[in-house]
Amino acid sequence: MRTLFDLLWRNHFVLLFVAIQSFCIYLIIQNNRYQHASFFNSSNAAVAKINEGVTYFKEYIHLRENNQLLAEENARLRNTLSLITNPKDTTKPFVSDTLQKQQYTYVTAKVVNSSTTLPNNFLTIDKGTADGIKPEMGVICGSGVVGIVQQVSEHYSTVMTLLHSKSKVSAKINSNGFYGSLVWGDDLNAHESILKDIDKTVPVKKGDTISTTEFSALFPSGIMIGKVIESKLNPGSNFNAIKVGLSTNFGNLSYLYVIDNLKKNEQRKLEEETQKANEQ
Amino acid sequence: MIINILQIILRFIVLVAIQVFILNNIQLGGVINPYLYVLFLLTLPVQTPRLLLLLIGFALGISIDMFQNSTGIHAFACVLIAFFRPAWLKLVAPRDGFEPDESPGIKKFGFRWFLVYASVLVIAHHIIIFNLEIFRFSDFWSTQLRVLYSSIFTIVLIIISQYLMHRPQK
Repeated sequence: MRTLFDLLWRNHFVLLFVAIQSFCIYLIIQNNRYQHASFFNSSNAAVAKINEGVTYFKEYIHLRENNQLLAEENARLRNTLSLITNPKDTTKPFVSDTLQKQQYTYVTAKVVNSSTTLPNNFLTIDKGTADGIKPEMGVICGSGVVGIVQQVSEHYSTVMTLLHSKSKVSAKINSNGFYGSLVWGDDLNAHESILKDIDKTVPVKKGDTISTTEFSALFPSGIMIGKVIESKLNPGSNFNAIKVGLSTNFGNLSYLYVIDNLKKNEQRKLEEETQKANEQ
Repeated sequence: MIINILQIILRFIVLVAIQVFILNNIQLGGVINPYLYVLFLLTLPVQTPRLLLLLIGFALGISIDMFQNSTGIHAFACVLIAFFRPAWLKLVAPRDGFEPDESPGIKKFGFRWFLVYASVLVIAHHIIIFNLEIFRFSDFWSTQLRVLYSSIFTIVLIIISQYLMHRPQK
């Protein structure tokens, strides 16, 4: 027994090293899972508070640009509103449908920390469980899709942006309705993504707009994602890889909307039950 | 002695702040991410107890990780550097050895010595960070290119900061 202790004591440096490294590896593996609770990230209150303080000063730099974006968004919303309240098409008059319940609610949030240069980029926003934010909610901004909420603490949350190697959003080509999944390219460019799984026979033009689809449980349909830059055949397959220029500028995000789909659970439950029924 | 410790703690805070609030926000050609904060591990006193060095390495790495949501990656690389630093210092020690209470720096040991000492540790650190971040082999060579460019940039920053802090006496 003594010799065992002696041996342990003589190698305590190596043992401590191995212990710490195993802990680090455990953290890395944990972090690679989609959903997990963890202390060591920026939804941690202390870290988020520091970030918030720094953002307070950084905000002034982009103030002019952000005002411009908000004004443009207001104009767009007013246009849509006038179309709804004064429809031109008299064959389909506007019907106030009282049975139709509201499906989406929006919570505004402010970005307190963000990155665009890493292989896996996140945002931290200043809303958390206290404001009704839950993991796996969609996040958009005035100019397009931003990402998906990943972790939530009481007053802060982290958002996995489109610029993340595990980010996957279903997207369609507006001109013809064909859909695929949007992933981030391997070249780590903060302004481009790749739209996969579009059949090679589908005609794609440069400049076609890409938006969210109807069957994503996270985003309402028709939210802008970006425009086609070029379309290339994936070698050895029947699918095109379409390069998409993102409409969201991740470098100067400031105010965002977190989307709660009130019918998400209903949709998910039904889909799961259907899948289960088919497996039996 | 106490002033020394306070100075080291201050350097820790300043370097982490520079890293997460300035360097993490700049984008150079989309390939270069300098990690200047390793300078803290490089310039700790030679006599720092080895066990303490490991713990400091972990604290430094995990602080960076918490700000950029890369849990564990920087901690892993820093602890590895901290583990090999004593042996590496012994290998490159000057002929008459180190004096107690000395820190590696350009001022004491000259440009060439410091360049060799710092480059090996910085490159090792960057190789681990960039490959763990990507965590796949599909873009192996482009990752190694990012390692190379970023290491060069980090080393240049380290040398500049050494000259800014104290000029060599020659």
